[in-house]
Amino acid sequence: MNNKGVDKSKRQFLTTALTVVGAVGSGYLAIPFLAQMQPSVKAMAAGAPVEVDISKIETGQLIRIAWRGKPVWILNRTPEVLTTLKSLDNELRDPLSNESNQPPSSKNPGRSIKPEIFVAVGLCTHLGCSPTFRPEIAPNDLGEQWKGGFFCPCHGSWFDLAGRVYRGVPAPSNLEIPPYRYVTDTRIIVGESSEEKKA
Amino acid sequence: MKPSRLSNCGNWVLDRFPVTKFWNEHMAHYYAPKNFNFWYFFGSLALLVLVNQIITGILLTMNYKPDAKLAFDSIEYIMRDVPWGWLVRYMHSTGASAFFIVIYLHMFRGIMYGSFKHPRELIWIFGMLLFVALMAEAFMGYLLPWGQMSYWGAQVIISLFSAIPIIGDDLSLWIRGDYVIADATLNRFFAFHVIAVPLVLVMLVFMHIVALHEVGSNNPDGIEIKESKDPWGHPVDGIPFHPYYTVKDIVGVAVFLLFFATVIFYMPEMGGYFLEHANFIPADPMKTPEHIAPVWYFTPFYSVLRAIPDKFAGVIAMGGSIVVLFLLPWLDRCPVKSIRYRGGIFKKALFLFVVSFLALGYLGTQPVTPIATILARLFTTIYFGFFLLMPIYTRWEKTKPVPKNLTRAHSLEEQLHAIEEQLPALIKEITELKPVTTEIGHPAFKSSFFNRRPNPDGIRNVATRLAKKLKESLD
Repeated sequence: MNNKGVDKSKRQFLTTALTVVGAVGSGYLAIPFLAQMQPSVKAMAAGAPVEVDISKIETGQLIRIAWRGKPVWILNRTPEVLTTLKSLDNELRDPLSNESNQPPSSKNPGRSIKPEIFVAVGLCTHLGCSPTFRPEIAPNDLGEQWKGGFFCPCHGSWFDLAGRVYRGVPAPSNLEIPPYRYVTDTRIIVGESSEEKKA
Repeated sequence: MKPSRLSNCGNWVLDRFPVTKFWNEHMAHYYAPKNFNFWYFFGSLALLVLVNQIITGILLTMNYKPDAKLAFDSIEYIMRDVPWGWLVRYMHSTGASAFFIVIYLHMFRGIMYGSFKHPRELIWIFGMLLFVALMAEAFMGYLLPWGQMSYWGAQVIISLFSAIPIIGDDLSLWIRGDYVIADATLNRFFAFHVIAVPLVLVMLVFMHIVALHEVGSNNPDGIEIKESKDPWGHPVDGIPFHPYYTVKDIVGVAVFLLFFATVIFYMPEMGGYFLEHANFIPADPMKTPEHIAPVWYFTPFYSVLRAIPDKFAGVIAMGGSIVVLFLLPWLDRCPVKSIRYRGGIFKKALFLFVVSFLALGYLGTQPVTPIATILARLFTTIYFGFFLLMPIYTRWEKTKPVPKNLTRAHSLEEQLHAIEEQLPALIKEITELKPVTTEIGHPAFKSSFFNRRPNPDGIRNVATRLAKKLKESLD
């Protein structure tokens, strides 16, 4: 028994030590708590490829399919559209798709494997709305500048019919192109890339 | 007298649990300024709406199914098949909008009378945290009906997080729990909406009120009532919250409920503003509705987002439009609290701010057009200008002298005395003396008083003076 009074520094050390150990423990416990909000194994497995028959799509027609719960568009572009696309480069933010998300086989001005068949994920790269398909030229509501394309009603982003974004709109990059490949001339599989198959 | 069994029983509880102490501290002996006006109803009304949301919310969870396949139908089931389910559901959905109306008015009151200023900065911060938590609560609640607007609204808002560099995509994936808005998202939003966020809300309300009762309420004159106390230590300009303000608030509650019930019974959808038309269509991940807009209470901030032609900058601006509100106590450099004694420049700035807030709110409900975008940019500039230029323009302000005490009504004797003093002079001014011409009549009528006739000039002078006085009191 000593009468020197309380050893404050020893107390301080014990308090600090306990705090640190407690914080580390809480940190470890936080990992499972936070991680259980990640997509489950089931959600991750639900991305099966989808096979589509494209022989019935008429020229100028767009069909929508679901892949991984997202809308995917398949558009059969007209020759006029393909000509127009070449003249738009100056109005686009990323005409060569250098900053955008697509498989290498679609990294070309028309952003497709075959020029006329255009496949894209139908979600705006801004905040994920599904843009509307507006192939008509210079409609009243969109004005003289409109040369046919996809218009996002949520925040007014403009894309051309190759899913390339215009300058001066909120969307930062071109529409995403999913991996897809041709099984035959009239059937494609969305979700499997053509590069993988070759390798 | 021998204490009764009942009071014994009561004392037994009070010895162990200080109900009376709590009641006195926060109600019966809590002194509030005696000059609260109309604007001071909204705090207690917000509390009322919170209680409404909790009770109706609990009832709704009894029949709602948080499952992407069942959610939409379970809402229709509540509306059609559950006894009085429609009432409970409309009370909850209307309550959400009412909550924001009440809170926006409550916040405006705070800005107008300087209730965020020293020493009430923390009350304002807690209040702003409450506002953010309330927005989270409303947003997550709106997903639950699993209609088209629920789905695409959530898609947009969660995508906001993906704009954050580096961690953005992983963060939004973590929030959704799937690659798109899906069952996992609905389920976790249900959990947050019914338990996590309400707990935070109740805790923050508690902190908001504790902080308020520590420093005392502000008032329309912006004076500190604690600075002048009577011999018993009570503020001269204060009155106990109970019974004075409890009774006053009941009047407010009655008027509020009148409006609330009218909406619930006659216009629960409020023309598509409280419940949007597109939300009566089940969620379709393949197709965004032609025109999507958030519910009206988010539209001012949504307009700010749309006004900026860049994804990340837009998200920053939208976040910034809420963050600047937090900084208000440090942006406003004017020592005078109430708008009643502040300079014209602040009144004009506040007016412009209110106009731009309402205009942004309206624009947010409308589709994007080039003109709407230009207007939204203009009003966004004014919105931020109000806050960011505040440190500059509040310094130039020419303020009026702030009274030390509230002006007090005179007693009856004092009033009579004043009348006695001023009346004869006034009568002299508005009348002119006319010599008596006849000798007929009772001698009493011969006093000079009855010889006076109205004098138009004098009446005009007095009327002008009165009008000037009236104008002064309004300024």
